[in-house]
Amino acid sequence: MNRTLKWLCMAIAALIFVAMVGLAFQIINDSSKAFSKLGFGLLTRSTWDPQREQFGALSLIYGTLVTSVVSVFFATLLGVAIGLFLSMLAPRRVARVIGPLVEMLAAVPSVVVGLIGIIVIAPFLAKTIEPALHDVFGFIPLFGPPQSSGNSIFTASVVLTFMVLPEIAALTRDVFATVPRSLTDGAAALGATTWETIRGVVLPTTSSGVVSACMLAFGRAMGEAIAVTQVVGGQTALYTNLFKPGDTLASRIAEEFASPVNMLHTSVLYYVAALLMVFGVVSSLAARAIAHGTRIRN
Amino acid sequence: MSNSPWVRSQSAAAQAMTVPQQPRPRVRLAQPGSERSTTAVDASAPLAAPQRQVVFAANSVGVWYGQKRAVDWITMDIERNLVTALIGPSGCGKSTFLRCLNRMNDPIPGFRMTGELLYHGHDLYSPRAVRAEVRRRIGMVFQQPNPFPKSIYDNIAWAPRNLGMRHGLDERVEKALRDAALWDEVKDRLKSSAMGLSGGQQQRLCIARAIAIEPDVVLLDEPASALDPVATASIEDLIDELKSRYTIVIVTHNMQQAARASDKTAFFSLDEQGIGTLIEYADTDRLFTNPTDPRTEDYVTGQFG
Amino acid sequence: MMSIQAQQPVRGRAEIVPDPGYSLTPTGNLRRRLIVSRFVESGALIAALIAVGVLGLMVFFVAERGVSVLSWSFFTSRLPVSGGDGSVGGMGPAFVGTAEIIAIAIIVALPVGVLLAIYLHEFAGPRASSIVRAVVDVMNGMPTIVIGIFIFSLFVYGHSFSAWSGSLALAIVVVPIITRYSMEAISHVPGSLRGASEALGVARWRAILTITLPSAWGGILTGTIIATARAAGETAPLLFTSSSYPVTLQLNPLHGISSVPLQIYTLVESGYPDAIHLAWGAAFVLLVVILIANVGARMLLRHFEKKRGISA
Repeated sequence: MNRTLKWLCMAIAALIFVAMVGLAFQIINDSSKAFSKLGFGLLTRSTWDPQREQFGALSLIYGTLVTSVVSVFFATLLGVAIGLFLSMLAPRRVARVIGPLVEMLAAVPSVVVGLIGIIVIAPFLAKTIEPALHDVFGFIPLFGPPQSSGNSIFTASVVLTFMVLPEIAALTRDVFATVPRSLTDGAAALGATTWETIRGVVLPTTSSGVVSACMLAFGRAMGEAIAVTQVVGGQTALYTNLFKPGDTLASRIAEEFASPVNMLHTSVLYYVAALLMVFGVVSSLAARAIAHGTRIRN
Repeated sequence: MSNSPWVRSQSAAAQAMTVPQQPRPRVRLAQPGSERSTTAVDASAPLAAPQRQVVFAANSVGVWYGQKRAVDWITMDIERNLVTALIGPSGCGKSTFLRCLNRMNDPIPGFRMTGELLYHGHDLYSPRAVRAEVRRRIGMVFQQPNPFPKSIYDNIAWAPRNLGMRHGLDERVEKALRDAALWDEVKDRLKSSAMGLSGGQQQRLCIARAIAIEPDVVLLDEPASALDPVATASIEDLIDELKSRYTIVIVTHNMQQAARASDKTAFFSLDEQGIGTLIEYADTDRLFTNPTDPRTEDYVTGQFG
Repeated sequence: MMSIQAQQPVRGRAEIVPDPGYSLTPTGNLRRRLIVSRFVESGALIAALIAVGVLGLMVFFVAERGVSVLSWSFFTSRLPVSGGDGSVGGMGPAFVGTAEIIAIAIIVALPVGVLLAIYLHEFAGPRASSIVRAVVDVMNGMPTIVIGIFIFSLFVYGHSFSAWSGSLALAIVVVPIITRYSMEAISHVPGSLRGASEALGVARWRAILTITLPSAWGGILTGTIIATARAAGETAPLLFTSSSYPVTLQLNPLHGISSVPLQIYTLVESGYPDAIHLAWGAAFVLLVVILIANVGARMLLRHFEKKRGISA
């Protein structure tokens, strides 16, 4: 029976391995038609016209990168601050309450986030924040005139920020808590202020953990479809103005996969999914490698 | 010789006046034959002697962790430019008391101090006392060497940089390492990681790090207990060199170390209720050769702990 | 009960004159450094308040617009027909559908997750462990929409939508969650228990099944609850697998079954005010259930950690 259990466990492990490999294989297989027709041109062109069988995903890639980079950037600032707050600065009782609350922010389903986004957040941003930013920073092309509906790359970035923020906060909190007490005591005993201890001891020793968390958040942001698709505006034109609508890879799949215009269209969407898949796998493995590197070094 | 277990060093001449009728200014009188830099005073005139000779004045200091009382009734003076050793069996509050001196107990949840702890006359626990300032003046070296994962140079230079001492850093680092008897061993690899040093070297690095900012006091919490005998000896030599510039308070398990290295010794133990307290405090020589309290005698002659 | 120490004379404070050269107020640049440090600490507090505030706002918005929708008919009526035939409709079939889809997903994911945890803890060598952990991490980070169209391609294309394919997609999403919590729980089972059972000659499989797993069941349960909450809120895996939106109650897992998040998505995308109105109600119920499940799971975890003697 020992052997049975062992074989059962090994079979399950093999099963998930096969499942993931199968996933990669299936997606790539289904995209082969599009790939053979378009090659890497999909990545460089920006015209997206399914009827005329013209597919260029450049604006999708642009949208994905911009929303992900911007959201991870701000989520890192906020998330690391929250991680520090929960692990070092807050009294234990306060951290015990605020910690779970921050984690619950992650539990809000993406469809609900999208609903709030499209009905509440987008109009709010369009009426207040976007015009304000345009007034102050309008000379930068990023902050052009806002749209009335508020469905834009900017809104999608804001929404994504709060979706990945809890993950960074929770991960960095765990990482900061692993800094040995002896090091922080040593810094404090030298008359350092709290910030100096954080800057001089905590952050340097945990830098790879923080980077790893950012990688994971980046992957999550790139792959988010449902919340983004409801607020991003769904257009394939490439604007530098953040306040104009755009689209992301994941969002485009969500919109068009159910009603493809032709077979090539479907295959192209698989092609897009393959891109997403590659990004997702790379970011997961990179995060692992970075975190692993710390463990080995310590 | 009074029965009080609380013994302080006094000259024979002043002994007649030591039974206080009313509070009198504390006077540090020169002991015959000693070279301690205390002011010789005409004992007949009441006066205020330079207070700087007493660095720490503890009055009935007690420490509570939540509902649990760890130590109580600590009353002692720690004097300048001396090595004061705190000895006693494990768990009697020596380290707890030591950490009170630079407020390192503060972050521990439930920590509360009763009584009064004065540093050069200032209340260490006054709301106006700033922790970072306290620790800048009163440095500490811990039991386990805890160098930062930085280079040797950066370990020493880190705190001075914080304090704004940006000029002459190289000289400051070199001086600290020389004073800690580590310079010759590391002068060619200042930029290499401190984590590559041996235990004894790391501990000396921690000492160098502490003195680089020129504190007033250096507290040592069993600095050699994690080290081998050779490293321990080097630490002891170091302590002897340092006392001319700093006031040193050292907690140690090692009685021989206390006897060798310190000028005054305080013996801690548990009282009848199991609370750590100060049993006897005297010049090292006297405490070890002619202790007043029987418990001190037991400990010092090795009957227990 | 006076200790000997009580005989000490109490020394008056008036004797000791504070030496102005050794004041403990900030000297040198400390005042400026303290201001900087306090500034940063406030920033961290503000960040935490922002996060909590956003959560509160979200809950508020959903509650404000969703509570009024709730009614008996909301929970029981059939789904509204798009285009509107005048009837308000409800979310009855969607709630049942979600429950069914999640149930099947967990039935699949739970054994897989637990067995994976057992494998990683008990049987895997270092190389295999590393690979399997990497695979689980990849699974965790795989975009859910990609998982959805993978299952579509494999099981739905050429056939029909079905609830079980949706469950399968959800299972892929939640297996990493269950694995992680199970591994935590199993690793905390004291080695002494294992040692004792080995000394008694108990077979390994029996020890795992009857000693390790029962000791770990708290963490496993917590993981399952969190996984269920997660599965309840996922839309993308269901978009192309179980999505035939039958408007009446339909329980057959071989056919498509409507589900709450999918229904919300459809209603919102339709754009009709009545539909969006309904969507708020559904979102409210979904959010409340998920948040309560999360809170409950965490409290459960704290309870089990306390029993184990681990400080929270």
